[in-house]
Amino acid sequence: MVAMQNVSLGVHHVVHMPQPDDFAFWREHARTLIQCDVPPDRVSWVEPGGTGDLFAHGGNAHGEKRLPVPDKDAPPVRVSKRFMRLAKNAILHSDTSRFAQLYLLLWKLQSNPRMMEDKADPDVRKVEEWDKSVRRDSHKMHAFVRFREVESDEGKHYVAWFEPDHHIVRANAGFFKRRFANMKWSILTPRGCIHWDGEVMRESGPAQRSDAPSDDPTEDLWKSYYASTFNPARLKVGAMMSEMPKKYWKNMPEAELIPDLIASAQAREAGMVSAGEREERLRPQNLAEVSDAISACRDCPIAECGPRAVMGEGAIGSPLMIIGEQPGDQEDLSGKPFVGPAGQLLDECLEAAKIDRSAAYVTNAVKHFKYVLRGKRRIHQSPTAKETDTCRWWLEAERAIVQPRIILALGASAARGLLGKTVSISQARGAPIPLEDGSELWVTAHPAYLLRLEGEARKEQGALFAHDLSAVRARMSALTMQSSYHSQIA
Amino acid sequence: MSQQTLRQKLEILADAAKYDASCASSGTSKKNSLGGKGIGSTEGMGICHAYAPDGRCISLLKVLLTNHCIFDCHYCINRKSSNVRRARFTPQEVADLTINFYKRNYIEGLFLSSGIIKSSNHTMELLVEAARILREEYDFRGYIHLKTIPEADPGLIHQAGLYADRVSINVELPTTSGLSRLAPDKDAVQIEGALAKTKSRIIEAKDERKRFKHAPRFAPAGQSTQMIVGADDASDADIVGKASNLYGNFGLRRVYYSAFSPIPDASAVLPLKRPPLMREHRLYQSDWLMRFYGYAPGEVAQATDTHGNLPLDIDPKLAWALKFRGQFPVDVNRAAKEQLLRVPGLGTTAVGRILAARRHRTLRLDDVAKLTQSIAKVRPFLVALDWRPSTLTDRADLRALLAPKQEQLELF
Repeated sequence: MVAMQNVSLGVHHVVHMPQPDDFAFWREHARTLIQCDVPPDRVSWVEPGGTGDLFAHGGNAHGEKRLPVPDKDAPPVRVSKRFMRLAKNAILHSDTSRFAQLYLLLWKLQSNPRMMEDKADPDVRKVEEWDKSVRRDSHKMHAFVRFREVESDEGKHYVAWFEPDHHIVRANAGFFKRRFANMKWSILTPRGCIHWDGEVMRESGPAQRSDAPSDDPTEDLWKSYYASTFNPARLKVGAMMSEMPKKYWKNMPEAELIPDLIASAQAREAGMVSAGEREERLRPQNLAEVSDAISACRDCPIAECGPRAVMGEGAIGSPLMIIGEQPGDQEDLSGKPFVGPAGQLLDECLEAAKIDRSAAYVTNAVKHFKYVLRGKRRIHQSPTAKETDTCRWWLEAERAIVQPRIILALGASAARGLLGKTVSISQARGAPIPLEDGSELWVTAHPAYLLRLEGEARKEQGALFAHDLSAVRARMSALTMQSSYHSQIA
Repeated sequence: MSQQTLRQKLEILADAAKYDASCASSGTSKKNSLGGKGIGSTEGMGICHAYAPDGRCISLLKVLLTNHCIFDCHYCINRKSSNVRRARFTPQEVADLTINFYKRNYIEGLFLSSGIIKSSNHTMELLVEAARILREEYDFRGYIHLKTIPEADPGLIHQAGLYADRVSINVELPTTSGLSRLAPDKDAVQIEGALAKTKSRIIEAKDERKRFKHAPRFAPAGQSTQMIVGADDASDADIVGKASNLYGNFGLRRVYYSAFSPIPDASAVLPLKRPPLMREHRLYQSDWLMRFYGYAPGEVAQATDTHGNLPLDIDPKLAWALKFRGQFPVDVNRAAKEQLLRVPGLGTTAVGRILAARRHRTLRLDDVAKLTQSIAKVRPFLVALDWRPSTLTDRADLRALLAPKQEQLELF
């Protein structure tokens, strides 16, 4: 300590920063010190509330609090724009050596004005890194602040709790002001708070998490959005963690979902793939396999009541596939499709339209009989859309094996079994719907519907039905002609 | 059916929109809410307000207005023959959700797309209405991205561009044959026509603003598009070629690639397994090579294998360098910027730093190490004051030395 009193070492200056982020104050003092030619090792910079370094201990016995006054003709201090930009940001860093380091760099720049361009210089690099982490911290503040709405006497007030790494709160007040100019909001942090009432920005001292509201009903919607927008087929936890490190999670409502989303992702993706695989690998390759498989199928609740599965009837390669809704009482007993009253009516109409039923493949969209017991009678119940869609899988298997060129769907359930959506019979009938494998679908009413009608209505619908069947018949002839023509010219 | 709650609708319609890759909110004109009645600002850089465990940024409220659709595109979960739950927002509901999320600082704005209901025009009207409510009734000054429908009336698309920061039209698939097979209701000519029309509107609006200060802005963040990768058999070379045509012809800001994901209730025409996610990443890297590193599309194609695909284990720049070793090593103290940009492992930032630093000193390998991410990766391709790779560049096993270990690539 004796050496400190040696005049040849010069006076040691101590600068007490009034605020940890006061760039203007630092700049003014640094400018004066440079003009007085005070080398970096002769200045101590003290954080507000800090005790400074070795020289400041025991009062300011060896330090000169008052700054020297530069000569009137001292040259102005010049520095590159780049340094100014970096220093303004780097001064917000929480490293306590930042004021001294910036002064050191400023000092060196006086003799080497272009030093900032040398990215390999360690002093430049240090400041650049501070600048970078401050920018990142600010950016994360813009991104991760989460306001919660509270009702107050003057209307809605939005309050957030945020924990920055550096002294960035005041510097970022402008961003939030410009963005939420017409909202009353407060951002509370352990490094001080900012408040905007729509006109004036106010500051207050450090706050605690418990000062901020703990809930906002809109967070549930936001969490739903967060969970739904995540694609489990592309789990990339590392990428998420590098941009949204865990330290931020505790103040982000959506983050509490992350562990579960990750844990269930593989199962969800496997589910999507295996749902697809069912189509590809397990699809039966011949009609006997389909028949076995539908008997064992319990994918929907219908089969649980005990009816037998009724398989389609007809030959592979039949040009026409006729699809009904589901087996009825008689069909369930006989195990054959379309043998009950509706089947008999269908047979009559087919014969009238000159369509040979034995040359067609006849089946149902749903393979089991759905009914309710009323006394001893089993009363038909329409299958739900979901049941139809579940059974679609078997219908598609039959279709892939039989490969008909024309499909005639009787009724809305049959059409749904093929299209996967409900169509209106009145709109869909009368014109073919092309299917992706090149075949075509014709839709008409179910004969059971005709059986329930009487009088004029029956006559009218019967005519429409007959008309649809003859259109199918005409289309079949046209296709046969076409293919025989093609085989001739081939 | 019971009435769906807002939350149920949000779940369905966010889930339906998640296969759209873009979430960018950058590059639009600067605006803020000072002096206005509402809220919102855009200051150049977009902000990612959260990250999902799939590593993707959540910047915008990305939803569909509805996932009902009269189209039947096989790769799309919302195709009419799909068995997904359907839901529908009103434009007012979308606008309110956007404002409520924005006020809590969850998002930068809205990315609104839709399945086609009734007709293309009807759907487009609803999309425009949601944007109108936000801009005119709420004086919302945040970011809006509208997906426009190529078949819709040009007047409606024009309206969309006046409200939105960015508009986009998906080209969907890299080849016309893929499009007609997998998206039978879409038409490549129509899509490209719409892209061209939007491009000329953007140019016109910019030109008018030069002459008249108050001329309305039209999609100041430009237009973008998206291609699905891995649903058809297009090779990486096909895709890169297509992308560079799109950039060239339609002045696109971005071409997004979306690796085809297995979707629930998939159509049987589709492959079952997703392509490796790495493929999507490699395509983005090649996109970067063309946009920022001065590679011609043909040069990216040179980096592909005999099937026209980019290697998955190494990045396309390294693949190119390994094929054209005669161009290396490059002298870090003398080489032109264009040559330095071709060195695997040197990014645009590192090249900028090298160019600045070498005005002050002759760089040694140590100096280069301070300026780059990984000296081990760049070393074989560089000459520095105290370093010459000698035989390294000629080694047959250089690829093996530089390629990252395979097991690091997939998280499974």
